[in-house]
Amino acid sequence: MTATEAAMPVLQLRQVSKRFGAVQALSNVDFEVYSNEVVALVGDNGAGKSTLIKTIAGAYKPDDGDYIFEGKVVSINSPRDATDLGVETVYQDLALCDNLDVVSNLYLGRENVRRSGLKAMDLLNETEMERRATEVLRDLSVKIPSVRVQIANLSGGQRQSVAVARSVMWNSKVVLLDEPTAALGVEQTRQVKDLILRLRERGLGVVVISHNVADVFEVSDRIIVMRLGRRVATFHTARSTNEQVIGAITGAMLPANAYGEAE
Amino acid sequence: MMKTQPTNLAAAPNNWREALAERFRQGNLGSLPVIIGLIIIAIVFQSINKNFLTPLNLTNLMVQIAAMGTISTGVVLILLLGEVDLSAGQVSGLAAAVMAVFVSRHNLPAGVAIVGAIVVGALVGLLQGWWISSFRVPSFVVTLAGLLAWQGARLRVLGDTGSINITNKFIIDIANFRLPIWLGWVFGVIGVVVYALIVFNEYRSRRAAELPVGSLNGVLWRVGVVGASVLAGVAMMSVNRNANAAGIPIQGVPTAVIIFMTFLIIFDFITQRTRFGRYVYAVGGNTEAARRAGINVNRIRITIFMLASALAACGGILAASRLNAANQSSGDGDVLLNAIAAAVIGGTSLFGGRGRIWSALLGALVIGAIANGMDLLALKSSIKFIVTGAVLLLAVTIDAASRARRENSGR
Repeated sequence: MTATEAAMPVLQLRQVSKRFGAVQALSNVDFEVYSNEVVALVGDNGAGKSTLIKTIAGAYKPDDGDYIFEGKVVSINSPRDATDLGVETVYQDLALCDNLDVVSNLYLGRENVRRSGLKAMDLLNETEMERRATEVLRDLSVKIPSVRVQIANLSGGQRQSVAVARSVMWNSKVVLLDEPTAALGVEQTRQVKDLILRLRERGLGVVVISHNVADVFEVSDRIIVMRLGRRVATFHTARSTNEQVIGAITGAMLPANAYGEAE
Repeated sequence: MMKTQPTNLAAAPNNWREALAERFRQGNLGSLPVIIGLIIIAIVFQSINKNFLTPLNLTNLMVQIAAMGTISTGVVLILLLGEVDLSAGQVSGLAAAVMAVFVSRHNLPAGVAIVGAIVVGALVGLLQGWWISSFRVPSFVVTLAGLLAWQGARLRVLGDTGSINITNKFIIDIANFRLPIWLGWVFGVIGVVVYALIVFNEYRSRRAAELPVGSLNGVLWRVGVVGASVLAGVAMMSVNRNANAAGIPIQGVPTAVIIFMTFLIIFDFITQRTRFGRYVYAVGGNTEAARRAGINVNRIRITIFMLASALAACGGILAASRLNAANQSSGDGDVLLNAIAAAVIGGTSLFGGRGRIWSALLGALVIGAIANGMDLLALKSSIKFIVTGAVLLLAVTIDAASRARRENSGR
C-alpha cells in the first residue's frame, strides 16, 4: 500500500544469525521495514520472532550480520543505542508503573525538569509535561478519562495505548510492538489497531509481532513469516490469503518465491 | 476530549461527594481513613477524660511522637520502594549511644556528637542498602541481621555502665526547649505563606498552560484549611500550659515539633517534586519498568536506605534528648514496631509505591494519641498494646482491600 519497494528501508537487518548454546535461534535472517509501513512478524512458538525483535531493540547482539539504519551500518550494543536512533520497543508487559499517572509514565526516565544543580534534585516541570502529554494523546486519539489518572485505573487497551504513545513521543522512527492485542477484548483490540494505523500515518515504520493472523491482516502492509529461525516467506497483505500465511507458518505450504515467492 | 478532572488541586466543593466515591471505587483513599480515625479517637478520649483535648496534653502528644514520627518518616521512604527496614529502631538506639558517648565521655562539642551520630546512621544505611542491592538478599533479612547486630554495637558503645546520662544543654534542648512565642508565630506564618504561594503559583501556571484546573474556591479552601490548622496549632502551643497560673509559664512551640515538621516538609518536597522522588515511586511501583526506563535502581535503593537510617538516627537523637540519656533500652522494644505501624496506619502501602510522607505524622498521631489517652485513663500497658495492634490490623486490612479494589477497577 504505502510502502514503496524502491525506497530505502528505514531499518534493515542483513544476514543476521544468533545462537544460544546448541540452539540456532536465527540463521541468516534478512529483515526490513520502511517508513509509513506496518510489517507483521508472524510464526509459531520458537520460530525466532522474539529473538529477532530483541535483536532489533538492541537487547541481543547478533553473532553475525549487519544492522543498517537509514542506509548506514550501525553498531548496536544496548537498548539505549537503539532508542537513541529512534527505535522504540513496546514489550508485552508494557513496562508501565501502575502506581503512577499517565503523564509520569509517558515521561518516565526523561522527565521535563527545571535544573537545580544536582541531577537527582531537579524539579519536575509538571505543567509542561501534562500539556505535552495531553497533546500527544490527543494527536493519537487515545481516549482516557484524564492524563492524571493512575495506570492502575485504566483498561488493558488504554494501558497498551499509553505504552505505545510513550514509544512515539520522542521522535522515534521505528516502533516494535510485541503482541499488542494478546490480552485484549474485541473493542480494545480495535482501539489498538486504529492506533497502529495512526502511527503509520505519522510516517513511522511499525513492526507488529502477533499470533493472531486475522488481526495481522487488518493492520499490516506486509507479512513476514518466520519458521525455525529462518525467514521463510513474505506476503503483501492485500494480495494474500489467510490460508497462504498459515500454510507458511506451519510449513505445510511454502510459496514458490518472495512476495508469494520463496526466500 | 479530556474530562476535566482536577487531580493536582483539591476537588471543587460542588462535586466532592462524587470525587470521594470515585476514589473509593478506585481504591485510592490515601490518608482519609486515618484522618477519620483520629477524629474518632479524639472524640472517644475527650468524652471520657476532659484533659485529653487541652493545650498541655496535645502539646505533650506532639513532643511524644516527634522521635517515633522521625523514624517513621524514614520507614515511609523504605516502604515506598517496596522494601522493609527492621533495623530502624536499633539504628536509632545506636545513634543515641554514639552521641551520648561523644558528648558525655569524650567531651566533644554537641555539634560534632550530633553530626557523628547521624553519619553513623547513614553509614549503616549505606552498608545495608549496598548489601541488599549487590547480593540480592531480601531487605527483610539484611535488616533483620541489622536489628541484631546494631543492638550489639549499641551495647558495646555504651560499655559496662550501660547507661550514659546527657548533661549537655544544647543536646537536652533539642527536645525540651520551647521557642519564644513570637518565633513560633514567625515559623507558622512563613510556612503558611510559602504553602499558599506554591499552591496559587501552580494554579496560575496550569491556567496559563490551559490545563484543567479546579475551581478557585477549591484552591482557597485548601489553603484556608491548611493555614488555619497550622496557625491553630501555633496558637495552642503559645498558651501558658502550666496548670499553676502563678508558676513559671510553660508556653511556646517545642523545638522537637519544629524539627519533626521540618523533616516532613523536606521529604514531602523531595518525594513529590523532584526527579529522585519520582524514581522512588517508579521503583516501588514496577522495578523492571523503572530499570528499562534507564533509572539506576540500585543507586535509588542505596540512597533511600541511607536516608532512612539517617532519619532513624535523628529520631534516636530526639529520643535521647528527651530522656536526657542513652541506655540499654534506647531504640529497643516497640520503637521499631511503632515506627513501621505509624507509616502503615498513616496510609503508606506495604506493597510499595503508594503513600505520602505525611502518613508518618498521621500514623504517629494515632499511635501516640492511643498511648497518651490510655495513660490519662490510667489503663494498663497490656490494653494499650492490644488496641494499637488492632488499629494496625485495621489499617493493613484497609490497604489490602484498597489494593483489591484497584486491581478490579482496571481492566
